[in-house]
Amino acid sequence: MYKYVIRRLLQMIPVLIGATFIIFYMVFSMPGDPTAGMCGDRGCSPAFVAQFREEHNLDDPFPLQYAKYLGNVVQGDLGTNFRNQSVGFELEQRYPITAKLALMAIAFEAVIGIIAGVLAGVRKGKFIDNLVLVSTLVVISIPVFVIGSVLQYYLGVKMGGQIFPVTYDSARPLQSLILPAFVLGSASIAYVARLTRTNLVENLRADYLRTAIAKGLTRSRAIGVHALRNSLIPVVTFIGADFGGLLGGAIVTERIFNIPGVGGFLFTGIRNHDGVSVVGTVTVLVLVFLLVNLLVDLLYGVLDPRISHD
Amino acid sequence: MTTDTQTRKSETPATSQYKPVDGLLLEVEDLRVEFHTEDGVAKAINGVNFDLHEGETLAILGESGSGKSVTAQAIMGILDMPPAVIPGGQIRYCGQDLLTMPEEQRRKTRGPEISMVFQDALSSLNPVFPVGWQIAEMFRKHRGMNKSDSLERAVKLMQRVQIPAAKERVKAYPHQFSGGMRQRIMIAMAIALDPAVLIADEPTTALDVTVQAQIMSLLQELQEERQMGLILITHDLGVVADVADKIAVMYAGRIVERADVFDLYRQPAHPYTKGLLESIPRLDQKGQQLAAIGGLPPNLMRIPAGCAFNPRCRYAQDICREERPELLTVAPGRESACHFAEEVLHG
Ligand SMILES: Nc1ncnc2c1ncn2[C@@H]1O[C@H](COP(=O)(O)OP(=O)(O)O)[C@@H](O)[C@H]1O
Ligand SMILES: [Mg+2]
Repeated sequence: MYKYVIRRLLQMIPVLIGATFIIFYMVFSMPGDPTAGMCGDRGCSPAFVAQFREEHNLDDPFPLQYAKYLGNVVQGDLGTNFRNQSVGFELEQRYPITAKLALMAIAFEAVIGIIAGVLAGVRKGKFIDNLVLVSTLVVISIPVFVIGSVLQYYLGVKMGGQIFPVTYDSARPLQSLILPAFVLGSASIAYVARLTRTNLVENLRADYLRTAIAKGLTRSRAIGVHALRNSLIPVVTFIGADFGGLLGGAIVTERIFNIPGVGGFLFTGIRNHDGVSVVGTVTVLVLVFLLVNLLVDLLYGVLDPRISHD
Repeated sequence: MTTDTQTRKSETPATSQYKPVDGLLLEVEDLRVEFHTEDGVAKAINGVNFDLHEGETLAILGESGSGKSVTAQAIMGILDMPPAVIPGGQIRYCGQDLLTMPEEQRRKTRGPEISMVFQDALSSLNPVFPVGWQIAEMFRKHRGMNKSDSLERAVKLMQRVQIPAAKERVKAYPHQFSGGMRQRIMIAMAIALDPAVLIADEPTTALDVTVQAQIMSLLQELQEERQMGLILITHDLGVVADVADKIAVMYAGRIVERADVFDLYRQPAHPYTKGLLESIPRLDQKGQQLAAIGGLPPNLMRIPAGCAFNPRCRYAQDICREERPELLTVAPGRESACHFAEEVLHG
C-alpha cells in the first residue's frame, strides 16, 4: 500500500512534465500576437512591443522558453502573466472559490443522486422509478448552459435574487454558490442516480442479500446496509473521479453566474494567448486531478476489500 | 429425541416462545408454490408434506429443478414474492403456521428458530464485510449485544466450526478463505442463535470431495450436539447416506418416495428413486443429467397428466398417464407415489 502510493506519486512527475509541455507548446503555436488589442485602436508602439516580447521571453526559441518557464515552476514560481498578474496569486484567490463550488456540487450529487437512485432501485418498475429514469434522462440530455440559464432566470432573477443571487455576490459567497453548484452537478446528479439504481437492483438479486433476509434482518437493514454498501462502491468511485474533474474549474457555469473561479481565469488566459496563465493553471489542475484520482483509487481499496494495492 | 428446548446449547438462551410438542418442530402440509412469470405459471411445488422432529435429519433428494430449494426457501420465507405465489398449504413451526404469521413475527424466527446454509458460500456471504462482523450481526440484531461481545461470540463460533486461528481471522473477508472454510463460516452464522431447525441446501455441492465429507460430519456433529432438526438437501444420495435418518425423494415438485435411509438405499419403492440409485453420480458428471434415467424432468408449466414421471418411467402403463398416484404407505415405514410401487419394491 505504502509502496503503491509512492509509485503512484512518482508516476505523476512525467505526466505533469508532459502535460505542461503539451500545453506550453499549444499556446506557443497559437496564431496571433498577444500584444494585439493591448493598446487600444492605435496599436502598440514598436518600443512597447519589443519590451513586452523581451520581458516574456517571446523571442526565444520554444525549447528555451519552455526550459526557462519550467525552471521557475520548479522553484514554486508560476510566473507573471501578460497582464502583470502573478499567476500564483490569482490561483490562490480563485482556487478556494472553485473548490467550494466543486464540493457543493459533489454534495448535491451524493445526497440527491443517491437518494433518488435508492428510491428508484427499491421500487423498480413503479412510479417513482419511472419518474427518476425519465427526469434523469432529461437532465443528462440538456446542455449545462441551458439548465444554468433557465435556473438562473427562474430561481434567481424572478425571485429577486434573495435566496439565490443572480450572479456571484462576494458579500454572500456560499449562498451565491448553491444554485451554480446544483447546475454544475446536475448531469452528475442524474448519472449518480442511475448508477445507484442499477447497482442496487443488481445487488438486490445477489445471493448474499438472500442470506441477509435468511438471517432475520429487517428488510431495511438488508437493503440499507448489505445491498447499499455494495451498490455504492462504483458510485463513490464515480463521485470521487468527478470531484477531480470539477476541481478543474467550470468554465461554463462560472461564466453564467460570473463566479471568479479558476475556470474564468483559464478562459481569459486562453483568449489572450496568455501562455503563462494557461500553463500555470493547467499544471495545478492536472496535479490536483492526479492527486484526487490517487485518493479515489485508495478509497476504492477501502470500500472493496477484494481490491488490493499491494 | 427430547421435548425440551433447554437442550439447546446457547450460552444466553433466549426464552423462545416456540415449544415443540413431542419433539415435533416442523409440519409441512400440502405446500404449493407457483412462479408467475411472463411465460406462464410454473408449478414448482405441488403439494409437499413432511414432518421434522428434534434431533432428526431429513434428506431431501432430487434432480436439479425438482423443487428442493424452493421448498427450503418457502420454509425460510425468503422466496421473492412475486414472482413466487403460495396458493396453498401450511408450514407449521411448533404448531404455528408460518405462512399466515405477521411478517415481523416471522422475521424474528429466522435465525433463532429456523436457519439456513446455502450452496455457494462465496456468493452467499457479503463480500465487503469481515466474516466475524457477519456472524456477530446475528447477536447484535437479534440479541441486542454490543460490538465487542458479539465479536467474541463470533470467534467462539468460528472455533466451534474448526476454523484455524479464528481469533486472527475474525476480521478477514470471505474471499480470503478457502471454499470449505467459507462454508464453515456460513454454518457458524446459521447456528449462531441456536436454531431448532437448520436447513442446509446442497451445502457441499460446490466443494471438493474430501472437504465435502468434513462439512457433512461437522453438520452431523452440530446436529447431534444441539439436537437440531436438520433438513439436508442434495442431489447426491452418496453425500447424505451416512448422515440422514429419513429421505424424501422429490420429483417435479412432489415427494414421490419417503423412507428410512437404509431401506430406501437397499430397496427403492419408486422407479425414479431406483433410477437415481442406479446412477449414483460419478464425480465427473456432478449435477448433470443422470445417466440411468432417460429423458428430462418435465417443464413445470406443462407437467404431464397422471404421474409426472411417466414419460421417463420404464414401468409406465396407461393408468400412469391418466391418474396421479398419491403418496401411500406401501410397506411399514415405506411410502411411495407409484401405481406399481409393489412391483418396484419387490421386483
Ligand atoms: N425465481 C424463480 N422464478 C421462476 N421460476 C423459478 C424461480 N425459482 C425457482 N424456479 C423454478 O422452480 C423449479 C424448482 O427450482 P429449485 O427448487 O431451485 O430446484 P432444485 O431442486 O434444483 O433446488 C425450477 O424448475 C425453477 O425453474
Ligand atoms: Mg437447489
